[in-house]
Amino acid sequence: MEANNNDALVIGGVSLTSRLFTGTGKYGSDTIIPDVCASSGSQVITVALRRVDTNAATGNVMQHIPKHMQLLPNTSGARNADEAVRIARLARAAGCGDWIKIEVISDNKYLLPDGYETAKATEILAKEGFTVLPYVNADLYIARDLVNAGAAAVMPLGAPIGSNRGLKTKEMVRILIDEISLPIIVDAGIGAPSQACEAMEMGAAACLVNTAIAASGDPVAMGRAFGEAVRAGRAAYLAQTAAVSTGTADASSPLTGFLGGM
Amino acid sequence: MQLTVNGQMQLCNDDTTLLEYLQGNGVDVKAVVVELNRTVVTADDFGTTVLNDGDVLEILQFVGGG
Repeated sequence: MEANNNDALVIGGVSLTSRLFTGTGKYGSDTIIPDVCASSGSQVITVALRRVDTNAATGNVMQHIPKHMQLLPNTSGARNADEAVRIARLARAAGCGDWIKIEVISDNKYLLPDGYETAKATEILAKEGFTVLPYVNADLYIARDLVNAGAAAVMPLGAPIGSNRGLKTKEMVRILIDEISLPIIVDAGIGAPSQACEAMEMGAAACLVNTAIAASGDPVAMGRAFGEAVRAGRAAYLAQTAAVSTGTADASSPLTGFLGGM
Repeated sequence: MQLTVNGQMQLCNDDTTLLEYLQGNGVDVKAVVVELNRTVVTADDFGTTVLNDGDVLEILQFVGGG
């Protein structure tokens, strides 16, 4: 991977050269996770906490996560701020570090995040020293609340979780990029590398992609494709895309006559 | 005595430590994190934490997620 050390993404004091965050859900087999980490170049990976079922043997996803990865446990399953805070504390006690993705959802149909409860949990956990990355709707006022609450980044959804519908919230995400000083990380809904690239071209700081990689026909190859798309989008953003011309054409070759004015 | 473990009523012998309870139920103590009466118990304290009647335990582990 070509690393541009001048363009690191720094979150919670951790310097990241990859701007693709990945997940661990929905893989046919967790044994493929190390290969996806390698092909995608991702340095940040999400995990979830759930009750142990003593009647059913379940694998431990942690044993498949390469040691160099920055763990980002999520609070999925939390329906309010209190539950999110409990999950965050448990994750830290389990040796997961200080990073936490706040995810508070009480709507099981669309899995849309509760901004008010998310902001409350963010404030509590930031004060406890967590590096808080809240998952929220692409809403300017929620994002401002999260800034005030001490979030380390804001993670707006591109489309509902696991939908692969792409950057449906594009105009609202653009407002967050323009107005919010924290890194804006597009999380959820990104279904194809082109959509991740689009978010990065706009100036998103990173993308978090799980389903689109894990549920693809070839997660290792798709992880690589997403890694390349995110790098391409970031490079385009830094290079400042040329102005859009509306209405008429704008010739890229000289309009002077040639061979007697043909 | 009676415990509530992951939302279910469970019976348990008196003077059982958390470590004994977990091992007795086939739980991989290195893979779990435990909350006792809403307070996190670190793995170092599993062996010295004695369970009491009415305790509420949450035993969790990491799983895949996005």
